[in-house]
Amino acid sequence: MKLTKRIWVRSMIGAAAAVAVSGAAWAQGAPIKIGVLATLEGPFAAGGADGMRGAELAIRQRGGTVAGRKIEMVRASSNANPDVAVNAVRKLVEQDKVDIVVGPLSGGEGIAVKDYSKTQPNMTFINGGSGAQATTLVNPSPNFFRFNTEGAQWMVGLGKAAIDKGYKRVMVIAEDYAFPYSQVQGFMSEFCRLGGKVPVKAWVPLGGKDYSSVIARIPKDVDALLVVLGGADAVNFLNQYEAAGGDKPMMGGSITVSQDVLNYRGKRRDSLVGTMSAGPYADSFDGADWKAFVADYQKNYPVSAGGYPSPSLFALVYYTNMKAALDALDAVKGDLSGGQAKYRQALSSLQLRMPTGTVKLDANRQAIGTTFVTEVVKDGKGELTTRVLRKVDNVEQMLGMKKEEFQMGTRDVPACP
Amino acid sequence: MSAAQWRRAMNGGLRQAEAARAPRRSAQPMAGAARVVTPADADPYAGSDAPRWLKFLWRTLSARHVFVLALVLVFPFVATPFMTFQVAAQSLVLGLIALSLTFLGGWGGMVSLAQMSVAGMAGYAVAVLGVSSTEISLGWPWWVAVPFAVLIASACATVIGWLSVRTEGIYTIMITLAFGVAFYYLVLQNYSVFNGFQGFQKVYPPEVLGLNWREPLPFYFLSLFWALVGYLAVKWLVRTPFGIALQGVRDNPRRMAALGFDVVAHRVAAYAFAGLLAAVGGVLLVWYNGLISPGSVNTGWQINILVIAVLGGMRHPIGAFLGAVVFVLLQTFAIDVIDRERFNLVIGVVFLAIVLFSPDGLLGLWAKLRSRFGPRQTVNSPPSRH
Repeated sequence: MKLTKRIWVRSMIGAAAAVAVSGAAWAQGAPIKIGVLATLEGPFAAGGADGMRGAELAIRQRGGTVAGRKIEMVRASSNANPDVAVNAVRKLVEQDKVDIVVGPLSGGEGIAVKDYSKTQPNMTFINGGSGAQATTLVNPSPNFFRFNTEGAQWMVGLGKAAIDKGYKRVMVIAEDYAFPYSQVQGFMSEFCRLGGKVPVKAWVPLGGKDYSSVIARIPKDVDALLVVLGGADAVNFLNQYEAAGGDKPMMGGSITVSQDVLNYRGKRRDSLVGTMSAGPYADSFDGADWKAFVADYQKNYPVSAGGYPSPSLFALVYYTNMKAALDALDAVKGDLSGGQAKYRQALSSLQLRMPTGTVKLDANRQAIGTTFVTEVVKDGKGELTTRVLRKVDNVEQMLGMKKEEFQMGTRDVPACP
Repeated sequence: MSAAQWRRAMNGGLRQAEAARAPRRSAQPMAGAARVVTPADADPYAGSDAPRWLKFLWRTLSARHVFVLALVLVFPFVATPFMTFQVAAQSLVLGLIALSLTFLGGWGGMVSLAQMSVAGMAGYAVAVLGVSSTEISLGWPWWVAVPFAVLIASACATVIGWLSVRTEGIYTIMITLAFGVAFYYLVLQNYSVFNGFQGFQKVYPPEVLGLNWREPLPFYFLSLFWALVGYLAVKWLVRTPFGIALQGVRDNPRRMAALGFDVVAHRVAAYAFAGLLAAVGGVLLVWYNGLISPGSVNTGWQINILVIAVLGGMRHPIGAFLGAVVFVLLQTFAIDVIDRERFNLVIGVVFLAIVLFSPDGLLGLWAKLRSRFGPRQTVNSPPSRH
């Protein structure tokens, strides 16, 4: 068959290259196939491509082999729709016969792939970039692992930073779907516990461009706004808020304070200085591991070859999950026999050393990791950039609550008006 | 008038209508079609007292039907479960939804982009009324939820049809597209009924007769059964008086109105029937995916259904299924041909090539090849009876 021939030719070329480059011994045993699913189509196409780069980087750092066995990466694509994602994963598992799946990228896809993983109990599924809380909280699957933290965990630390800054009453403006719910929960659970109040939450439709009705609802007595809008929508909001004469300071969600916002040229530009946000990584973090990771990314994927100037969130999370997959493979010496039971055991007990800090898993196979609180500052040239205010380690998915009292974030949970 | 007389009359009418349309299609190499038409042959079973449906089968079935039927029956036993479920069953389900568009477009002359939305309505209704992992679902047993879902979707299709039949051509496309987009945004932004962005997970077919109908083999035969029912229903319906009148409405609504036919009623009825096909397809699709979310009914999918129908060819109900097979194969395996971010290019190029070289889709391609290499015959005649 053509396909097998092509794979054979490719693996021979790959093996030859591995020998030539690293001078390593001939790979022993059959190659291990790892299927990687990311969104190479649809709204997150750019992020999906960077996720692929992150996953590939983790393999390259090991010279393409683990424990003497060659690693072969089989790509699959979706368009951020859960049905497409399941079809793509099913093809990886049943047609391409991969040993391990890394993916998918977005929240709804993650839940769907988790449900599918239950039908393949002898396979191991490791998340790619998806960050829905429900994936590991509601009916977790024994063979679905997630080494990246999710939306609520990413906001831990911002609540305390807000109180420290003197914000007592905050209005929330966020998009109306699961990811912003969890982001708002991550902020509010800490903020409310420390005595803060959130009198109004405005949920705006995804992709809505008109914020005038929301701006009209901003109470006079709030100290700040928490804006959880994606990408260019945050700039839309800023423009309209400025036109309406607004002057409240802002805080942002994990994907709000992007380059779009930092390049904002409106009159309120200066007032953006001091805008705080939180997330799983920070460009300006000066840890040695992080700097090495960024340098390695830039070396492998220069801007001229389509890479970003600095790795994106998706590159980091795919790198994280792929690195976990490879580290655990190394720990079991490439042994995937017995329905991969040993391998899953190794994954569960893995202490993953990441560019941002150490990651380990909880009982639901969800990452316990690090969060960064950042602040917008002006650099020497007058450009806006971010700096790290605080690094919070060991952030758990339950946000420090007990299992009984924890509820997933929704429009109305949590509440402290 | 007896059924046989009807059939003769409508066969004659069909050929006349096609003869009349032939000059319009003169761009294709079949200008001689009208010339080669054989005289209507006498019904060889007119004297037999077998039941009508059996006579209908005798008359329609030919060697290639038996061959294809044998092929689809044997296929799941020789193919891998993956090919059976993801390629074959998915093709049958998407083909059934595209068939509703083929029927509307090919015999009713109305191109509706809302067929995927109708299927989505049925899928959402199954998820909301039946069982899913979401609390919103009412948890009705499947034998109540599924008929209700089909009923709701067909009713919605009828309403969509009733509102859009007053338009023609590109305006029909626009208004049905608008319905589809409106439904997409409704399910995306409504949380109390449709669960918004997340949609519904774990909408699985029930376990009936001790079989898990989501296993590849049972699900394949379930889809095959309904695809066959849909296929035969369309084949039968277009030969009934209603089907003939519908084609008359397609070709010359004004004359049909003058003859005393209710043009609007015929068109709305066509929408209702197409809605029924799409609804059954929608129920199967939600079971196939095991979930439904706004992404399943977005504009991309609305257009995909049109692509499938056009790809296969709109002149014969089998075209919808042919188109679906090619579509699913491309969607599944294009990434193996170029395993980069550019695999969508392959899909686009193949679609373009087919539509460019054969405006009539794969069926047109087949007819072209036959007229060039095969025995001389008309491409326009109804399926062979010999």
